[in-house]
Amino acid sequence: MNVQAPPLTHNDYKSDVKPIWCPGCGDYAVLSAVTRALADLGRPREQIAFISGIGCSSRIPAYTNVYGFHGVHGRALAIAAGVKLARPDLTVLAAGGDGDGLSIGGNHFMHACRRNVDMTYIVMDNEVYGMTKGQASPTTAPDWCKSKLTPEGTGIAPVDPCRLALAAGANFIARGFAGNPNEVARFIVEGINHPGFSFIQVLSPCVTYRPEQREWKSIVHPADASPAQIMAEAMHRLAADDGFTTGVLFQGNRAPFQPIGKNVATFADLERKFES
Amino acid sequence: MALHSVSIALTGSGGAGAMTAGQILLDAASKAGFYGLMTRSMGPQIRGGEAAALLRISSEPVTSLDDHYDILVAFDWGNINRFAAELPLATKSLIIADPEQGEVPEAIGAYGARIAELPMKTIAAAIPGGRINMVGVGAAATLIGLPIEAVLGVLTAQLGRKGEEVLAAATAGLKAGAEAAADLPAVERLPAHKHDGSARWNISGNEAAGLGALKGGIKFVAAYPITPGTEVLEYLAPNLAKVGGVLCQAEDELASINMVIGGSFAGLPSLTATSGPGLALMTESIGLAVASETPLVVVDVMRGGPSTGIPTKSEQSDLNIAVYGLHGDAPHLVVAPNSIGDCQFATQWAVYLAEALQTPAIVLSDQAMGQARCVIPKPEDSGFVAKRLVADGAVEGYKRYALTNTGVSAMAVPGTPGGMYVADGLEHNERGTPSSQASDHQAQLDKRSRKLDNFDYGTHWADIEGEGEIAVLTWGSGTGPAQEAIQRAKAKGIKAKLISVRLIAPAQPAKMAEALKGVKKLLVVEQSHSQQFHKFLRGHYDLPAQVSVLSRPGPLPIRPAQIETILASWN
Repeated sequence: MNVQAPPLTHNDYKSDVKPIWCPGCGDYAVLSAVTRALADLGRPREQIAFISGIGCSSRIPAYTNVYGFHGVHGRALAIAAGVKLARPDLTVLAAGGDGDGLSIGGNHFMHACRRNVDMTYIVMDNEVYGMTKGQASPTTAPDWCKSKLTPEGTGIAPVDPCRLALAAGANFIARGFAGNPNEVARFIVEGINHPGFSFIQVLSPCVTYRPEQREWKSIVHPADASPAQIMAEAMHRLAADDGFTTGVLFQGNRAPFQPIGKNVATFADLERKFES
Repeated sequence: MALHSVSIALTGSGGAGAMTAGQILLDAASKAGFYGLMTRSMGPQIRGGEAAALLRISSEPVTSLDDHYDILVAFDWGNINRFAAELPLATKSLIIADPEQGEVPEAIGAYGARIAELPMKTIAAAIPGGRINMVGVGAAATLIGLPIEAVLGVLTAQLGRKGEEVLAAATAGLKAGAEAAADLPAVERLPAHKHDGSARWNISGNEAAGLGALKGGIKFVAAYPITPGTEVLEYLAPNLAKVGGVLCQAEDELASINMVIGGSFAGLPSLTATSGPGLALMTESIGLAVASETPLVVVDVMRGGPSTGIPTKSEQSDLNIAVYGLHGDAPHLVVAPNSIGDCQFATQWAVYLAEALQTPAIVLSDQAMGQARCVIPKPEDSGFVAKRLVADGAVEGYKRYALTNTGVSAMAVPGTPGGMYVADGLEHNERGTPSSQASDHQAQLDKRSRKLDNFDYGTHWADIEGEGEIAVLTWGSGTGPAQEAIQRAKAKGIKAKLISVRLIAPAQPAKMAEALKGVKKLLVVEQSHSQQFHKFLRGHYDLPAQVSVLSRPGPLPIRPAQIETILASWN
């Protein structure tokens, strides 16, 4: 009696909502990579929850045909953790930009890494706040002086998201480039399949406020080693890294955090405690 | 009839065991068939700070502290000046002081109460392992006529597992105190009373809120500790797990509220508990829950504010932020328990309302109820259980935010085929697609307020008692003192009505008009400096021409006599 439905293609995971992104934005490629990864995995659309915060890239759930939550600025990982803890049966993805994830959401990023709930987080890193028209983000170089807010540059050292993730305890770390969506799709598949918190940084150029990022395609280079399995080795490599190495950079083996309630008491049992 | 009761304050600095002493007396009173209430007043120190256990015991249920204490047992006088205003004594009251601790301080002596010396420290020192608080308990219990056997029963139950030596030392201390009491002056005594066998609970407001949450169907809790709300979460941690739910400690309140949003979006009734500073951090995301129509419950156990304020003491000053704190037009529920027992009902009802209306509910409890413990008649089960309108089975052409007559639209829970949608804090159309169009904004604002406005909240919106041309209008922990003041006034032939508002938001103008029919003079009672409740009432209700306001900031509680005096002056 089981009638096998035809397998879903990546287009089945796309919605009919038109993205607000600029032509040439790297985020289009990330959207393609996400839908391709989901099609490759063959997960039913209704079993996927895709959570985001605020910013250009955080608009991504609306462009997919899965369950989604477009929350407030910086809190995607907290919502995503709530979804997964409440419903371990769901596949949970979170996504957003470098400002959303590492500035206003920085505390949640650190704790999501160490909490190690089984989900996958994609940061589309363009080193700029695009939606507010071009301000420096935590990943912006200190001497970038094209922002009206920091015309002399920030003078503040940027953070490397992968190093931060490793130090905080992420269980899977990869870096991809929007110019190579097939590779990003593969990282997403691996991240979803890897237990615990998987972090994927995608270098995703902002053609409007950071047109020089078009040159990233000639700067990125694949990792020349297989993924590090131990933290010290991954740390050593990342310390010497230029931030443009793509590949799976770390695969840890910590067990995910997933408390499970047990039905062992009735309300009458609970009430008896108060009888005097 | 005025309530016949005995009130005892036990005070001491760190390690004196004032709280333990109070707890034992309350438990013993309960065992002996009495009702009682114990609130706590503490300094902010973790150890070594000043602490007072404030008790009232009666053969009738107790909902308020009395106007003064009949006995003050001072284990020492450390930092007593910080407390003196919270320890009103009458001239007939008795101060039991340890001569070794020096003179009775001026701030306490100024009440003019009788003073009796009891060398608790010396008596305790004569007992191997003896503790001064047990000597105090023995003396106090004997003075008020609380059977010493009941106290012994409690001690045996609580200390039995700590070994025979500990129990023997406590018992010896208790008996020594009881014997020494024979030489002390007489004080107000409890009436002879037997346990009538009726079922009763010994419960704190924070435990009651936690129990109400569970009975309402809460299955997911995110937690960040904050005084005085933490005990709601600490009650839930083991007990939620026992009924199949999951609790997660978050990194901050921004995370806890958003985890709760995630848990609810995923299909589980979800809750967090906090206090004022935490509520302030959560407000942006509570607005997200309004816009995305995600049901959830936030229990706010209020403390003195603003800012860090007085973390360990009570105040009703979060009313404004709870009602008006969200940006934009954001209709939501604000429910306020009006007694320790009602913390269970109000929280359970809030879970039901939040789920039925797919919007956040803030439960406004306070430290005076949350951290107080009360012996109450066992509450009846209200039967309110979360029931969310969900999109069942395979759904075609699903519109998450469909414009329905009730305003409530079916929510697809992840896992439902065909129900895929994106919940959004951006304004959206019926499908959930972001929209900045005027027509969509108008339609969705209308929808979100319609579902709250059209709902039938029944009689639970307020507790209304008595009749008269005079009425007391209050909320939360103002209710107990108002009830008692009205009872006392009645005994003097003054008729007054009580209106205690449980559903703060949305306001219920038609029901309030009915409740105020025939009322000519109104007394508004609240514990805030700026009259937040009074101004809220002015903004939402038509009040009688003559309105007086009794408002004071925390930490001093409203006393029944304050209300009674005003009612008497109106007659």
